[in-house]
Amino acid sequence: MIEVDALSVCFGRTEAVKSVSFRVARGESFGLVGESGSGKSTVLRAVSGLNPHWTGRMSIGGELLAPRRSKAFHQRVQMVFQDPYGSLHPRQTVDRLLSEPLLVHHMDNVERRIMRALNEVALPASVRFRYPHQLSGGQRQRVAIARALMPEPHVLLLDEPTSALDVSVQAEVLNLLADLQQARGLTYVLVSHNLAVVAHVCSRIGVMQSGELVELLSADDLRAGRTHHPHTASLRELSIELEEPETARDH
Amino acid sequence: MIGVISRDWLLTETPASRAQAAWVRRYRGWLQFRGNGLAMVGLVTVAIMILASLAAPLLAWQDASAQNLAGRLAPPSFAHWFGTDELGRDIYARILYGGRVTLGMVVSVVLLVAPVGLAVGSVAGYLGGLADRLLMRVTDVFLAFPRLVLALAFVAALKPGITSAIIAIALTAWPPYARLARADTLTVRHSDFIAAVRLTGAGSLRIIVRHIMPLCLSSVIVRVTLDMSGIILTAASLGFLGMGAQPPMPEWGTMIASSRAFILDQWWVPTIPGIAIFVASLAFNLLGDGMRDVLDPRQR
Repeated sequence: MIEVDALSVCFGRTEAVKSVSFRVARGESFGLVGESGSGKSTVLRAVSGLNPHWTGRMSIGGELLAPRRSKAFHQRVQMVFQDPYGSLHPRQTVDRLLSEPLLVHHMDNVERRIMRALNEVALPASVRFRYPHQLSGGQRQRVAIARALMPEPHVLLLDEPTSALDVSVQAEVLNLLADLQQARGLTYVLVSHNLAVVAHVCSRIGVMQSGELVELLSADDLRAGRTHHPHTASLRELSIELEEPETARDH
Repeated sequence: MIGVISRDWLLTETPASRAQAAWVRRYRGWLQFRGNGLAMVGLVTVAIMILASLAAPLLAWQDASAQNLAGRLAPPSFAHWFGTDELGRDIYARILYGGRVTLGMVVSVVLLVAPVGLAVGSVAGYLGGLADRLLMRVTDVFLAFPRLVLALAFVAALKPGITSAIIAIALTAWPPYARLARADTLTVRHSDFIAAVRLTGAGSLRIIVRHIMPLCLSSVIVRVTLDMSGIILTAASLGFLGMGAQPPMPEWGTMIASSRAFILDQWWVPTIPGIAIFVASLAFNLLGDGMRDVLDPRQR
């Protein structure tokens, strides 16, 4: 479904992404992990078309991607942003936010689609005419996910979709994403600095360090600790320490 | 449909339709505005002035340009509420008819200026690069001229009159709006919510008109109401210098200009139109302050 070959992105003289290649099959979840500044979000923004300054070769569904994307591309590929406080227009109601993609793509049944989308992300119909500032962080992220689903995309790019949320809400949103993938057969590319999040959602994982993809492995290998690159191992150690501070201290 | 419009219907937390949601929003804004005493004073004053000048033929029982040299410079009396001017014309009638000209000029200037400034500023801010540099340099050129001098030059090039005055003021008044709209656009153009709209596949025009302009609109509207007093004064200055409304036509600035010789002996002749300008400016300012509170999301 997604093929990325030798993707490089430069900001001025600094090379933020250095020749990254990976493939994602249809219906698969691919995770990109790394510390902040490792270039993982930059990869996602290049794939989504937000950053046109890249070199290399990318294709989605067999269609080669140019720096400028077509309307059809935007219907097939959608993105969910990290910060639900910043990714929703502050002066638009949920209703307006959700109907906008439908208007752009000239889709019919606006009313029914909006109600269905709210239902799908488990939001009550009463939030439809609320403004983003009247919703909680988790609700906002659900609205952002619903908006990404409106044009009925095949690929969803998730840029740290839970890192701005409460721990209690994180699991809810991750489960919602897993359910949606099952129901709609979506292909995910998930970017996160949190190994637990990535391992929860994704079957295959790429580890990034200072712009390079240093290791590709399966979630099972990661859980079992069958890592090859020292950076993967250290990330794994760190996440175990953070998750179980008590046991880590005992060692 | 009319039957269900009640206070509860307008204040519900869970509107049933888009139309109801829109009305709830407007009603909430109105309630907030109504709570602001000074803003209400401004709104009521502006409304009264506009209605009074529209209803001038009904309210004024004397002809605004009928001369009566026998009764010139008469002090305020029962027959002439605000007295008469140097040609014996009723000042009360001239104030009412003059309101049409003066307020009409202000409204036309605003209608010309605000959309142009908003469009130039948001396009420049959003597109950036060459378009930004080009549009902003043009703005700077207009901004560099002293306002009144450019307006004077313009009126002198065309023929003096209301239309030229309106065009001249409009030409000199739009650059601040463009700057304002551009500054507002720059703060949101790289935000995630605009990126999200771009990812829906929307074109630049759609993004600017439907997503960026609404965000600039509140500060532009506030600036408009605060600017209205400035526009009245510029119009009055042009009238005072003989470049605006031409003599028999009543216009507040021209009325002061033509009567400045009597300011010491017959004080009411220039004072009454002066008060009218002052009240209109103050009312627009108060209205603007109230609008800022309602429209600015940061103050909510």
